[in-house]
Amino acid sequence: MRTKTVRCTVNGVPVEKTVDVRASLADMLRDDYALTSVKIGCQVGECGACNVLIDGECYNSCIYLAVWAEGKSIVTVEGLKGKDGLLHPIQQAFVEEAAVQCGFCTPGLIMTALSLLNSGKKYTRQELRYEISGHLCRCTGYENILTALEKAINRRDNGE
Amino acid sequence: MFDFEVLYEARSVSNAIELLCQHPKAKIIAGGSDLLIKIREGKETGLELVSIFTLDELRGVSIKEDGTLCILPLTSFSNVIKSPVIQENFGVLAQALSQAGGPQIRNIATIGGNICNGVTSADSASTLLAWDARLELTGPSGVRLLHIEDFYLGAGKVDLKPAEILTAILIKKESYSGYFGHFIKYSMRRAMDIATIGCSVNVKLSEDKKAISDARIAFGVTGPVPRRAPTAEAAARGKAVSLETVEEFAAAAQADINPRTSWRATREFRTHIAKEMAKWALIESIKLAGGELQ
Repeated sequence: MRTKTVRCTVNGVPVEKTVDVRASLADMLRDDYALTSVKIGCQVGECGACNVLIDGECYNSCIYLAVWAEGKSIVTVEGLKGKDGLLHPIQQAFVEEAAVQCGFCTPGLIMTALSLLNSGKKYTRQELRYEISGHLCRCTGYENILTALEKAINRRDNGE
Repeated sequence: MFDFEVLYEARSVSNAIELLCQHPKAKIIAGGSDLLIKIREGKETGLELVSIFTLDELRGVSIKEDGTLCILPLTSFSNVIKSPVIQENFGVLAQALSQAGGPQIRNIATIGGNICNGVTSADSASTLLAWDARLELTGPSGVRLLHIEDFYLGAGKVDLKPAEILTAILIKKESYSGYFGHFIKYSMRRAMDIATIGCSVNVKLSEDKKAISDARIAFGVTGPVPRRAPTAEAAARGKAVSLETVEEFAAAAQADINPRTSWRATREFRTHIAKEMAKWALIESIKLAGGELQ
């Protein structure tokens, strides 16, 4: 088997494309669906820049075969845009707290942040550090990122 | 794009075995968090792959009628950790797996893959050895059961016969009932790092909590394969719950290990921390079991 037609849902839209079986999910999302928020960093699952949600869980798409996406629901940062074009609350919190510098790690971190928001759980700052330990950021030193995460989670809990 | 030759996707366990029989050179890919990286780094090229990743029949954690714990091999680290059965009876396994990689790695990495790649530093290995796990292997000529310690043949080498796949990880009730355990991973970083040494201990105390009825210990990275430390176990079994026993146990553990010097740590350093890890893992296990140490 060298190619395969993969049917899945990408950012809420049912789609299908025939892909090379050797493609990673990151390759498919970037090359076949032009979803360039999915960054290719280390390509060995260490930096988290390519992180996306698959059926609600975080995966590094650089080490996930595109063919495994059959039947799955995938969400990338492009899928977060609100109907009115506003930023998602987690994106807004990143902007307000200056949690972005070069921006390369940001899309991956946003998707982990989204899974933390969706979990409904509360986290201590220490627990948040553990939860983002699969992401490397070489600019901000993580403090602003953690502050943005806390802010977004607090807003969720206060119903803002 | 990954540099492999061809991918066969198995539709069932029996289909996976058929595919492996038809393509004897093919390698099995489960979550791929080990194999895809080797391919990316050019350490493996031109492979034929049989993917078992989508076989949901190999996912789940349950207790069988006779009380045996059954972990199906494609269960991700995250799902083993989250399993209520594991949380209730095998907290030490959740503790060990929680220290592997990072969240995204724990979502994709499978416990079966962690065993079958035969790596001594596998975070599941010392705990599964210490709990006397047995492996169910299914191949063209049927099913066989093997003690996990016998499965490890050498660095990166396991006793998987041609076209055989791991289909269950089993822990008998008598191996876990009444036992309490603790795991310690020594590594340079607290996430996304490979263990310099892993140590897992569990104990069963007498009814009055004054004596150690049984103690089991296993190490990863103190040799080419993860191993139990029988001298240490014998040094604690039947002894009084005391710091003296703990010290004897930890000293005896050194007789069972044969670590090497690598860029991560020297043999001398590994030997030293192995003793300390044995000591603290036993102390924590005794506390969990309700024992008191003066």
